[in-house]
Amino acid sequence: MASNGISRRAALGAGVAGVAASALPLVNVHAQGTAGTLRCGFWDHWVPAGNGAMRELCAEWGEKNRVNVQVDFITSVGNQNLLTIAAQAQARSGHDILAFPTWEPAAHAELLEPVDDVVNRLIGKYGPINSAAEFLGKRDGHWRGIPTVSGSQQKVSCARFDLMQEHAGLDIRAMWPAADVRGPGADNWNWATFLTAAQKCHAAGFPFGLPMGSFTDAVDWLGALFTSYNAKFIDADGKVTVKTDPGVRAGLEYMIQLSKYLPDDVWAWDDASNNRALISGRSALIFNPPSAWAVAKRDSPDVAEKCWYMPMPSGPAGRFTPYLPYFWGIWSFSRNKTAAKGLLEFLSERSSAEKQTTISSGYDIPPFATMSDFPIWKTEGPPVGVVYNYPIKPHHNATQSVAFAPAPAEIAVQAYNQAINTKLVARVAKGGETIDQALDWAARELRNFARG
Amino acid sequence: MAADGSMVVPETGDSSGKVGSLRRFTRRRSTIAFLMTTPLLIVIGGLVAYPAMYAIYLSTLNRRMTQNIGLGNFEILLDTETFWMVIWQSCIFAVTAVLAKALIGFWLAHKLHDIPTKGQRKWRGMLLVPWVIPPALSTLGWWWMFDPSYSSINYLLNIFAVPSVPWLGEANWARVSVIMVNVWYGAPFFMIMYLAALKSVPEQLYEAAAIDGATGVQRLRYVTLPMMRNIISITVLFSLIVTFANYDIVRVLTNGGPRDLTHVFATYAFQVGILSGNVPRGAAVSLFMFPLLAIFAFFVLRGVTKRTKEEQ
Repeated sequence: MASNGISRRAALGAGVAGVAASALPLVNVHAQGTAGTLRCGFWDHWVPAGNGAMRELCAEWGEKNRVNVQVDFITSVGNQNLLTIAAQAQARSGHDILAFPTWEPAAHAELLEPVDDVVNRLIGKYGPINSAAEFLGKRDGHWRGIPTVSGSQQKVSCARFDLMQEHAGLDIRAMWPAADVRGPGADNWNWATFLTAAQKCHAAGFPFGLPMGSFTDAVDWLGALFTSYNAKFIDADGKVTVKTDPGVRAGLEYMIQLSKYLPDDVWAWDDASNNRALISGRSALIFNPPSAWAVAKRDSPDVAEKCWYMPMPSGPAGRFTPYLPYFWGIWSFSRNKTAAKGLLEFLSERSSAEKQTTISSGYDIPPFATMSDFPIWKTEGPPVGVVYNYPIKPHHNATQSVAFAPAPAEIAVQAYNQAINTKLVARVAKGGETIDQALDWAARELRNFARG
Repeated sequence: MAADGSMVVPETGDSSGKVGSLRRFTRRRSTIAFLMTTPLLIVIGGLVAYPAMYAIYLSTLNRRMTQNIGLGNFEILLDTETFWMVIWQSCIFAVTAVLAKALIGFWLAHKLHDIPTKGQRKWRGMLLVPWVIPPALSTLGWWWMFDPSYSSINYLLNIFAVPSVPWLGEANWARVSVIMVNVWYGAPFFMIMYLAALKSVPEQLYEAAAIDGATGVQRLRYVTLPMMRNIISITVLFSLIVTFANYDIVRVLTNGGPRDLTHVFATYAFQVGILSGNVPRGAAVSLFMFPLLAIFAFFVLRGVTKRTKEEQ
């Protein structure tokens, strides 16, 4: 040391000064109040403007709270979002916040931070969250995800009012007007009326476009039908009841009748086939969110202006609306949980929810019943008020439902994704099996889902 | 080169014994070979061996991945009616498709071989087109042609008063459609491999056969086929493995429907593992054919090696 003129003490001093100098900018940034970076993976919205709304909301919150919010939009096309979730869960690394589709919070409950504090504050402000979202988002008494606005959808009846009037004799706009009242005939909007209307429209060459394949549209609407017959494939304890449950048998018998009046190819339909059937003018009714109408407005305005949304038909156990929510979840390995909770609470507030729903032309459904009065559902058209009855209103007397509830989520998700309900119907209606044979098959499959 | 395989290095008087032996070690042929193959070994280890081992490990876990249940997932699968259907369908799909691809490829290769070299290139290029288009994309094109409601093939059939065919809605037609698209996509691969093999058959053998008065069938049986036996075995093996693992065609065309009657191992594994959140059982589905294909591959490759040694 002496040889180059620098003493040991001087070298140490210079080193300490260097370290302090290099740390100074970091200290300064923290002194300004930056609460770090938050990495979010949100669902890539069908409506392109939907992503813009999320980006703006995140930027607004980030600016207020001095958090650098990084937003990625992950598509559900090709199940890319499911693959991302599976990969991050395996790697224990990735985003802080992710958008989880319907069944994923239950599947990854152990890796998700409980968000009871946030949800309870929101419930305190906006009232209870619907029971279907609670079934999917709560695990062992704790909320593992917050039901989102962005991406959450319902499937209700989307009908051609002209064809329904002409061929089935139903004035659906009078039955379910764009107002908080039930019109004449609304009380009779049940599965029996629906069957008669399906028969008449089929005879007139405009069959109802109800998918019967293995995609979500098919599983969802059929799930709501079975629920309205009080059908339980598996009970809440995980016991397989499909063979003995009278509701399942009643629903199945109804479906065998209805399937005679559906297009021959519904057994191979995917989630876009029903939309195409409506938009091409070949079908008088489908079950869908307003996306079907929105595409018709762009591609086939003549059809769009004759569409009208109304609730699902009711069954012996009531009226059930298929509900497919997304959840915002925070990974337990997130490095910024406090900020993540703050952002999610902000995104769930009424003003944020309204922004998301409005930009998505009414597609996004908030989880709170008190938020079913956003003006967009009244003003959207043509025809004006077309989607007024898309969110559940008190006069609908309807409940959101998820196919295969109340089965434990880890069994229900398998039954849902393997479309046990549509296959059950297909086995009898197309496969030539008896009802008992088909029920036997379903019972065996469901029992194996619970094993292992 | 020394007898032990090391390269001769001139001894330097001042080097110590330790340095000398290290230098000899690094200059040994086997050491250099090992060092040069290390990147490949790392790639194979990281991208093939590790994922395979991890998949085997996953398949032994319970649904929540908290407990090892040994072969429990395989036991449950064998007790599932749908899975037996998947085994049966995968075998029908793979065997039928590979046979059809081999036969069509063989026929096309012969036809191409008979075309003079000058005009052969454009035909070869055109026939290879299905194979070079990404299958997910080309299958989407097929899906539009088979579309349940707006099938263009049905449109053409209707023009000639032939009733519409439920290409994807009826089990047998759906199976035929899936196999047809796989054959369309894979036959050019067989064609190009067989064409290469045909070109390597010595012309003198055919001349000798002609002198002996062999017919066309006899020439095929006693000259062409024996000369192509190795390439046929390897292409069939390769194609069988790839076809058993096929995912995109079934996923795009039918998603396994109707009523699971077109599911194959890969699509069912994805449905069980990723969509239904049962990753260990999904891994078990995807690994199910591994031992059978490994045995098949062992015998085929042993035959190829044996024949190659005999020829030498």
